[in-house]
Amino acid sequence: MSVFLLVLLMGYEMYLGSKPSIEKFGWGFLTSSTWDPVQEIFGALPVIYGTVVSSLLALIITLPLSIGVAIFLAETAPPWLEKPLSFLVELLAGIPSVVYGLWGIFVLVPFLRDTVEPYLSDKFGNLPFFTGAPYGFGLLAAVLILSIMVLPIIASISRDVLRSVPQSQREAALALGATKWQATKIVLKDAMPGIFGATMLGLGRAIGETMAVTMVIGNRALISPSLFDPSYTMASVIANEFTEATSQLYLSSLIELALVLFVITIIINGLARLLVWSMERRWKAS
Amino acid sequence: MTPSKFYTVRKKVTNAVMMSLTFVATLIAIIPLVFIFYYTISKGITYLNLDFFIQMPKPVGESGGGMANAIVGTLILIGLGGTIGIPVGIMTGTYLSEFGNNKFASVVRFLTDVLSGIPSIVVGVVAYTLIVVPMKKFSALAGGVALGILMIPTITRTTEEMIKLVPHSIREAGLALGIPKWKTTIRIVLRTAWKGIATGILLGLSRAAGETAPLLFTALGNRFWSTKIMEPMASLTVYIYDYAKAPFEDWNQQAWTAALVLILLISILSLTFRIITRSKYKTN
Repeated sequence: MSVFLLVLLMGYEMYLGSKPSIEKFGWGFLTSSTWDPVQEIFGALPVIYGTVVSSLLALIITLPLSIGVAIFLAETAPPWLEKPLSFLVELLAGIPSVVYGLWGIFVLVPFLRDTVEPYLSDKFGNLPFFTGAPYGFGLLAAVLILSIMVLPIIASISRDVLRSVPQSQREAALALGATKWQATKIVLKDAMPGIFGATMLGLGRAIGETMAVTMVIGNRALISPSLFDPSYTMASVIANEFTEATSQLYLSSLIELALVLFVITIIINGLARLLVWSMERRWKAS
Repeated sequence: MTPSKFYTVRKKVTNAVMMSLTFVATLIAIIPLVFIFYYTISKGITYLNLDFFIQMPKPVGESGGGMANAIVGTLILIGLGGTIGIPVGIMTGTYLSEFGNNKFASVVRFLTDVLSGIPSIVVGVVAYTLIVVPMKKFSALAGGVALGILMIPTITRTTEEMIKLVPHSIREAGLALGIPKWKTTIRIVLRTAWKGIATGILLGLSRAAGETAPLLFTALGNRFWSTKIMEPMASLTVYIYDYAKAPFEDWNQQAWTAALVLILLISILSLTFRIITRSKYKTN
């Protein structure tokens, strides 16, 4: 009962808080590309862009890896190896995000600045993605940190989904002379909706991830195709500017961002849960 | 080579390649973990001494000092979070497993899962509008409320799962003795599942200990000794954030130490969690 009210209360509180900015900017809040606290013009497009791009790129990097990990843990690994590896993957999920951020600032960013980004701009500098000065802090750092952080979520849920596929599916394939990989392909096909759900959960996490991203993304509301340029995400704007927000309008714009984030993550998580559930129910029924 | 033989060879090669690729993926996934632990330990250990635990932060320019206030602050904050999150979580979980065979319960179950996916910073904003704005000041209480909300899904789900493990015969024995259902639930079912529920609580607490985002503008942080829940309060995570961004070498070093202490704290909590679960499965 309380949980039900809690979710309603959260939405309502944020709606109240963001009323001034909703009245002032209307839907234009989502499509205007100027974020200028000094002149009190708030448009969320650059931060929405930063959020979407960083999360999607992180997913693209992490998805093949996580599915590989899930297959290894669920299908291939011998039990003595699977247990400790599962533990390590879960450990990865348990590291606080501020520690990821700390590591990002002092290890990943210098590495990107001195090694990776000069190399990329040297080799692929004519592409728009790799132009600009290699600061280290920027979209690329955020994408990499996010892909590390999302991996354990997608991997461990996908592993559970793969395990929920009945053993008989594998045995049937193997009995027909299929190799382990061919059998795994069939299992993967069965598990597709669940893995898709796991991916959505990972996406939800990436969109809402705050501390680690705030610490490495550079924090400038900028729409630029280059991965080297600083960017901004919804969560990191809130984290970075909330205590500095002096005017009522500024504050309520930030709260409206939180409301947008709230709605987006509810939709994504809702869909993801439905997919994972439908998957589990299907196998329980049969 | 006959075609059929060619296919056999090809499928065997594909098999070997793909299966080793999954192994490689797992290795790649583990690498960042090794790096993060390596750096946290090697950089954090320099300042890890008794002073760190019992001294207060020094002003800029003076080296040394500790984070006694932040360590205590983190403990108080997760304690506050627990006072809100634990009762609500246990009650919701009990409701879901004991009385949860209807439409409303599945909606609640669904919302609990959704709640667990809501970014912690959003929860921080809610705690801000709910508590900081009406009281007109930042307080540890607001931070505790935010952490409490974040704990609810974890504790609810664990409680539900653990209570489901309690055999039906135990419930029926209680009911057969004429004990009303609510009393059976509280005195018999909850007591049987207690160990499992405790693990859920520890898991929730250890997650809350690592949260930063919801504390930034609720508990805020405090450079002085503070144990009053109506005042701003220091926490390890916010210290790590502030000290990592600071332009002072000395502070950066302390951020690593704080990270190490935080990870140790979380490991102790989750190790207790693992030990409890293990002994539970052994007795079963």
